[in-house]
Amino acid sequence: MIELNQLCRTFMLGDQAVHALDNISLSISPGEYISVMGPSGSGKSTLLNVLGLLDVPDSGQYRLNGTDTTALSDNARARYRREHIGFVFQSYHLVPRLTARENIELPLVLAGVAPAERKRKVTAILAQLSLTERADHLPNQLSGGQRQRVAIGRAIVMQPRLLLADEPTGNLDSQSGSDVVNILEQLNRQGITLLVVTHDSALGQRARRHIRMVDGRVVADQPPGSAAQASHA
Amino acid sequence: MRSADLLHFNLQVLLRHRFRSLMILLALAIGVAAVNLLTGLGEGARAYVLSQFSLLGNNTLIMLPGKKETSGGMPPLTGESPRDITLDDAAAIARLPGVTAVAPMLVGISEVRFNARARDVVIAGTSSDYFRIRQLSVQQGQPLPTVALDTASPVAVIGSTVKRELFGNAPALGQWLKAGDRRFRVIGILDSKGQAMGMDMNDIILIPVASAQVLFNQPGLFRVLIESDSSAAIPALKQQLVQLMQRRQDGVADITLVSQDAILSAFGNILTTLNLAVTGIAAISLLVAGILIMNVTLISVSQRTAEIGLLKAIGAANSDIQTLFLSEALLMALLGAGAGMLLSELGLLAMRLRFTDLAFHTPWWARLLALGIAVATSLLFAWGPARRAARLSPISALQSRAN
Ligand SMILES: Nc1ncnc2c1ncn2[C@@H]1O[C@H](COP(=O)(O)OP(=O)(O)OP(=O)(O)O)[C@@H](O)[C@H]1O
Ligand SMILES: [Mg+2]
Repeated sequence: MIELNQLCRTFMLGDQAVHALDNISLSISPGEYISVMGPSGSGKSTLLNVLGLLDVPDSGQYRLNGTDTTALSDNARARYRREHIGFVFQSYHLVPRLTARENIELPLVLAGVAPAERKRKVTAILAQLSLTERADHLPNQLSGGQRQRVAIGRAIVMQPRLLLADEPTGNLDSQSGSDVVNILEQLNRQGITLLVVTHDSALGQRARRHIRMVDGRVVADQPPGSAAQASHA
Repeated sequence: MRSADLLHFNLQVLLRHRFRSLMILLALAIGVAAVNLLTGLGEGARAYVLSQFSLLGNNTLIMLPGKKETSGGMPPLTGESPRDITLDDAAAIARLPGVTAVAPMLVGISEVRFNARARDVVIAGTSSDYFRIRQLSVQQGQPLPTVALDTASPVAVIGSTVKRELFGNAPALGQWLKAGDRRFRVIGILDSKGQAMGMDMNDIILIPVASAQVLFNQPGLFRVLIESDSSAAIPALKQQLVQLMQRRQDGVADITLVSQDAILSAFGNILTTLNLAVTGIAAISLLVAGILIMNVTLISVSQRTAEIGLLKAIGAANSDIQTLFLSEALLMALLGAGAGMLLSELGLLAMRLRFTDLAFHTPWWARLLALGIAVATSLLFAWGPARRAARLSPISALQSRAN
């Protein structure tokens, strides 16, 4: 599903080059559950952003479902993000003036889905995430755990095949954190490819494949060779 | 994105920032209202002047006593009152070739009585030619008799209001009424006619000009209406009149000649000035609105940076973001222009109710122009910020702490 070949991403901080991604080669199969861990500044978020087509590598190849993504236009990348990739962020990034329902609905609105179908899909997702009662609340009327569940709802409402979560439990207490993790793992069991960046080693250990990064390089990939790990090929 | 969703999305943004939206709407509305109101007033005034002076055909001249300096500079400081135009002058004018009608006028106000009823009425001394030049007709009786100008016969043609006020439903023809210390026999009643050239033709009494000279004890004429056989002959006639009056007034033609053309072209100049003023006011207020829109869109973009990053993350292309911000500006332009039009329509309605004679209406071209300018300003000034928003890198946008 995902093929990374000698991927590099370098930022210039003043006149100093920071190699956020340093010759990364990885391959990820559909349905995998992967955790990405490593010290702060090791390039985990950068990797996630490149995988999510939010950032473009300076060199190397990124093939997504066989397509070379580095050649895609902005419109095509936006379309890929919309249809195939879901993001969950540490700080939720909900639109404050929109209700929980409207936030979840947003990708469907951008995609031009008809209102009736939107309503059906969002209602189903609200129920799936136990948010039905909170549907008409604004984000500032929700707890952290509820907000992150809304964000997950928004990430999966387009039924993407790849879900990227950057420290999804970083702002949550342990109870709501484990609720969120349960939801993510349940989505993975239903077939979605899940990549979680985390500092929490307990959470990291739950994944079936562990990638460890230091200074922009993959220093450990356990169990290496992902193909064997694919449970939903 | 569907347009209904786009509209809904933008309305939510505008509602969320009520004060900011109101300021912009106000600026846009003032600009649009200024254009509509001023052109509406100008059009109303133009239509009024046209209706007043079109009654005076384009082959008619008005001669007034006294010289009006049109070439600029100070009038001669003689302190003398202008020379009178006499009845003899009018008779001489009537003898000029090409002159088909001459109506001398001497106007005053006098108390008019019939039995116990009395009221102050405008009395105009003139001749039978006046009926021809002003296209007046009588509903009963006959117009002023065609006699020599200096014949002071005691007859009067009265307007319909005068008839009603003095006689009620009783017949007026043949009755004698008293004006000042003189008596006049009513020989005709004018057809109902509106206001024209500042005189209410319903509330007037017409008598022979020689009678008016005696009644008001004044020999000089107030003005002379002169009709030529063709409008093409008017410039030549003007020269002939000046020459004639020069001869008759010992070398100085102390008169002013006014033609419909002159009045309308003078008014045209005023309208041009007015239009320039309108354009200026509109330009200023719309510039203000434009700068407001630019600033607000900039603020909106920076306040919503994180939101832009998010929208990109969930699949909005650069062009979608640009559409989002441009349509927000467009929506504001339309709402502002709508409010401005409503305001100006209410203003003009009030003016129409106050001045019933004047038809104040904004012409369609002005409405479209104001709307077009408002929309163009909004889009023009929102363009830059919207482009900036569209080009934001989604990652740094997401990292912004503004939200
Ligand atoms: N937009 C940027 N401009 C300059 N440098 C950047 C930018 N984004 C990331 N970096 C640098 O690249 C490196 C990797 O950053 P990244 O955010 O991927 O780390 P991370 O592993 O996610 O860290 P953390 O655990 O703190 O989130 C860091 O040194 C960071 O300073
Ligand atoms: Mg990070």
